[in-house]
Amino acid sequence: MSSPRELPLHSLHHGWRVARALFASQYALMLEYRAEILLWALSGLVPFIMLAVWIESPAGNALGMGPTQLARYFLAAFVVRQFTVAWVMTVFEEDALQGRLSPMLLQPLHPFWRYLASHFAEQAIRLPFVAMIASLFFLVLPWAFWVPTPQRALLALAATFLAFLLNFLIQCTMACLCFWSERVNALERLIYIPMLFLSGTAAPLEAFPPALRRIVEWTPFPLLVNFPAQLLSGGEVPIAAGFTALAVWITGLFLLMTLLWRIGVKRYGAMGA
Amino acid sequence: MALSSSTSPIIRADGLSKTYRVAAKDPGLGGTLRHFVQRRYKDVAAVRDVSFQIQPGEMVGFLGPNGAGKTTTLKMLTGLIHPSAGQALVAGFSPHRRQANFLRRITLVMGQKQQLLWDLPALDSLRVNAAVYGIDEAESRTRIHALAEMLDLGNELRRPLRKLSLGQRMKAELLAALLHRPEVLFLDEPTLGLDVNAQARVRSFLADYNQRFGATVLLTSHYMADITALCPRVLLIHEGRLFHDGSLEALTQRLAPCREVRLELAEPWPLAALRAYGEVESCEGVVVRLLIRRDGLTAAVSRLLADLPVRDLEVRDPPIEELIGRLFVQGALP
Repeated sequence: MSSPRELPLHSLHHGWRVARALFASQYALMLEYRAEILLWALSGLVPFIMLAVWIESPAGNALGMGPTQLARYFLAAFVVRQFTVAWVMTVFEEDALQGRLSPMLLQPLHPFWRYLASHFAEQAIRLPFVAMIASLFFLVLPWAFWVPTPQRALLALAATFLAFLLNFLIQCTMACLCFWSERVNALERLIYIPMLFLSGTAAPLEAFPPALRRIVEWTPFPLLVNFPAQLLSGGEVPIAAGFTALAVWITGLFLLMTLLWRIGVKRYGAMGA
Repeated sequence: MALSSSTSPIIRADGLSKTYRVAAKDPGLGGTLRHFVQRRYKDVAAVRDVSFQIQPGEMVGFLGPNGAGKTTTLKMLTGLIHPSAGQALVAGFSPHRRQANFLRRITLVMGQKQQLLWDLPALDSLRVNAAVYGIDEAESRTRIHALAEMLDLGNELRRPLRKLSLGQRMKAELLAALLHRPEVLFLDEPTLGLDVNAQARVRSFLADYNQRFGATVLLTSHYMADITALCPRVLLIHEGRLFHDGSLEALTQRLAPCREVRLELAEPWPLAALRAYGEVESCEGVVVRLLIRRDGLTAAVSRLLADLPVRDLEVRDPPIEELIGRLFVQGALP
C-alpha cells in the first residue's frame, strides 16, 4: 500500500498490534453508527429487486438459469456486495478538504491503512444484518435454500475478499486524484453506473449480449460481484481465470495507486489545515 | 529552557519559499462564465526566501498577521507541503520526504483541528497512537498518566471527545500529539479559543514539557501572552518575508523607537508646553501620555521632573500587541 518509509511496520508483531488497535477503535466508532449501517445494508437490496424483475420476466428463462439458480445468484450477489463495498473516495475527499488528512500524514502510517481498518470494522458490523436478511430471504423463498460445498464456500470467501481489495484499490487510486482535483467524489458517480450494471448486480453476466460480455470481461467490474456470487451460488464460472484476473488487477492497481500517491502527495496543499 | 549542549541547529530554514497557484475569478455572471470556459491562474507567494535556525531546546515564537505565511512555513517544516524553493532541515531530515524516523521526532498541533476520534474517548485514539509509534503498552500507560497529570486531565480521557469542553479537548489533543515524546513541537495557535485559565494551563504545560524533555518549540499564537510567557526569541513574518529574528525586547525597540512616559501632574498643564518634551499621545486633565525617543529619554525625564509639578511618573514600552497590531494595520514595515 505504501513505500516502507511511510509504513514502518518493523515486525509482524508491530503490524499486528497496529492492525488490532486500528480495528478496535474503528469497530467502536462504527458501533456508534450502527443504525446508519443497517440503513446502508438495506440500501444494498438492489439484487433482490433485480431478482423479482428477472423471475417474473420471460427473459429470465433465456438465461439458462432456472428460478432457483436465479434466486441463489441474487442472494449471493447481495451478500458479496455487502462485503465488497468501499467508500474511500468520499471520506478521503472530505478528510482532505476538512484538513483531517494533515494529522494523518504526520504519523508514520499511510492514511489508507486507517480506511482499510474502517472498512473491515464496518463489515464486521454488517455481518449480523446480512445474516438476518439472508434468513428472511430463505423464509420467504424456502425452495432457494442451499448450503455451498466447503470447497466452494472457501473459494467464494477468498474471491469476495479479493473483490473487496480490488474495489478498495479502485477507490484508493481514484482518491489519489484528489491531489489534482478537489472534487474527486464526482468520479464516484461516474463509476457508479458501470459498477451497478457491469458488475453483475443488475444481472448475471450470462444475461449480457455476447459481444458486450466479451468487452465487459476485460474490465474489473464482473470480478467485483459476478465472479464471487457465481462461486457462492454454485454457478459455472472459470475459477482459475477469475482468480488470475483478480490478482492481475489488484497488482496493477496497487502499482498505479502507489505511483499516483507519490506524485500527488507532493502537490498536497494541506488546505483547511 | 533546557538548551542542549549541541550547537548544531535542530531546525534550519534556508531561503524557504512557497508559491501557490490559485484560480482567479472575476465577480458576477460574466466572471463565472469566463472562469468556466477559460480558467485563469495567478501565483501567490505565501512565503518568500525565509531563513532562520533554531537550536535544540529553544522556544521560539512565530508572529505575524493572518495570511503572513506562518502556517505555510510550519507546513513546510513538518513536511506537509513541499517548498517551491529553498531547503528545510529538521532534526537532520528533509521534512518533505516524511520519513518514518522524522515523523517520530516531530509533532504538529493545530488549534481547532483534531486528530482524536470525535465520537470515542481519547484513550481509544491514544491506544492507536501508541501502537503506530511502537510504544509498548506499559510504557504508553506510564506516559499517558504522566502527561495527563501535567495537563490536569483525569477521567476526561474516558469520556467521548464530543462531550469535553474546548479546553479539555485541546489538552487531550496535546497529550495525543506528545505521546511519542517528540523532540520538535510545531504548535499552531494551540490556545485558540480557550478561556484565560485554560490558556494559562496550556502555557505552563508547554514550559514544563520543554524543561523536562528539552524539546524544541516553534509556536504561533495570536495571544501575545503565550509568546511573552514562553518565548525569549521571536520570529516575525510579514507578507511572507521574515522581518525580525531576535528577542521580543529587540522587536519592541525596533517597532517602537519611542517609549511611553505617563505623567500625573499636580495641576493641568498647557498642551503647547508639553510638546517641548515629546509627542503628546494623550492629555486628559492631569494625566498626560508622552512618546519620547529612547535616545533622549533620560534627559527628557530629568527636565520633566525639574520643570513640571509631577506627582507620579511611569516609563514603559507600548504593549507589544499594540505595536504589532499597528504595524499590521498600517501594512508598512519600518
